[in-house]
Amino acid sequence: MSFFDGLRFRRVNSPIHNLDPRVKFIYACVIFAVAIIFWQLLPLAVLFVMQIPLVLIARVKREWIRSMKGAAFLASIIFLTNFIFSFISSGYVVTFVALEYALAMTLRFLVLVGSFSIFFLTTSPDHLGLALEQSKVPYEFCFAFTTAVRFVPVLAEEAQTIMDAQKARGLELEKGNFLKRVRNYIPILIPLIISAIRRSL
Amino acid sequence: MIEVEDVHFTYPSGVEALRGVSLTIRNGEFVAIMGENGAGKTTLVKHFNGLLKPTKGRVLVDGVETTKVSVATLARKVGFVFQNPDHQLFCETVEEEIAFALKNFGFSQDVIEKRVEWALNLLGLSQYRKTSPFMLSGGERKRVALASVLAWDPKILILDEPTIGQDYQQKEKLRQFILQMNAQKKTVIIVTHDVEFVAECNPRVVLMRGGKIVADGEARKVLTNPEMLMQASLVPPQIAQIFLNLSDLGFPKEVIDVYEAREILLKTFGSREQ
Repeated sequence: MSFFDGLRFRRVNSPIHNLDPRVKFIYACVIFAVAIIFWQLLPLAVLFVMQIPLVLIARVKREWIRSMKGAAFLASIIFLTNFIFSFISSGYVVTFVALEYALAMTLRFLVLVGSFSIFFLTTSPDHLGLALEQSKVPYEFCFAFTTAVRFVPVLAEEAQTIMDAQKARGLELEKGNFLKRVRNYIPILIPLIISAIRRSL
Repeated sequence: MIEVEDVHFTYPSGVEALRGVSLTIRNGEFVAIMGENGAGKTTLVKHFNGLLKPTKGRVLVDGVETTKVSVATLARKVGFVFQNPDHQLFCETVEEEIAFALKNFGFSQDVIEKRVEWALNLLGLSQYRKTSPFMLSGGERKRVALASVLAWDPKILILDEPTIGQDYQQKEKLRQFILQMNAQKKTVIIVTHDVEFVAECNPRVVLMRGGKIVADGEARKVLTNPEMLMQASLVPPQIAQIFLNLSDLGFPKEVIDVYEAREILLKTFGSREQ
């Protein structure tokens, strides 16, 4: 589960890690909002490139790239659906606008994943919980939130083990057409959900 | 045959799990890989079916490098039963669970039916054929997991911690079963902490510590070396402990088998009575 790797916190001493979590959260939210407002290629490209220095300062390059790689599959689906729809609506011709739009939508998704990945990679769950409490969020919510975030790596590790176990039984995740690929994940999701429920009891 | 040549492996998190492991497992061998938690045992066996690829060095299964083929291709030859059956069971019935891998490997429908039947009988699961695997007890689930791997008749069988959470009777059944597999010229590799179980099985023992192999040899040699075992956070089996403590009375040191111990004791006392 390379995608989850991009959300896994690792303690590093960097200016970004030491920032107040609220600042980083506002940053991620602002990027989110700006990315939703714009739909042109240029501003979205700028938003994307803007994150790279932050990643370098925080020294989480490897993890960040891994989470972007994890998002690549979904990104390519977004690109294809957007492209195909504008291809059909423009009367079956490949136009530059259609291509640009599809690229922009893909980039928008990557910007969202990227900014939240920076946030989760550089903020320890404890700090996050504390920041929430300081922001006068009711304690019950803070506790539930911290617990949920803490649970992500555990779940990711479990998902990895289950994937290994099913691959060892000849399951090939990257095989077949799109529908088949989605169905390939059933043998992974069922044990994962069951173990998560069992754990919560 | 599995050949491991100076394999190093570092997890993406930066943990160096294997630091130069070389090992050859011949066809039809029975090997127990032992060692403390985090010694790299599971990491090593995950290299045998290509789930993990070495960061340095290489692993060859029947002469084919594991980096060159997919896990699914290797899995056809190397069956891997995971420690926790709950990590793999997902079907509505035990029957479907066992058929899952067979479908993945592209067996024909009538072959699948025969193999499922065979595996159900082999592990005494026939009465649960239509039961949901989630309704079974822990030991039974473990057997379903084992059956689902055995069904495709892999040449090499890897069992990760097979004795955990099993009572004596189940362990004894498992031991008989492993010996039976081994008698059929299958390679059996177990990863375990259970010294008593290993002492009863008497396989080749590979002892690991800190990502390296520290001892490799017959169980009776490795399991009667307390210094070596101590390094790997293991204690000798009870019979070995007795005989190690009695060695100054002229008893042999390398004894791990209960029946052998009995013979030696009877002989000694018998000769004293005369």
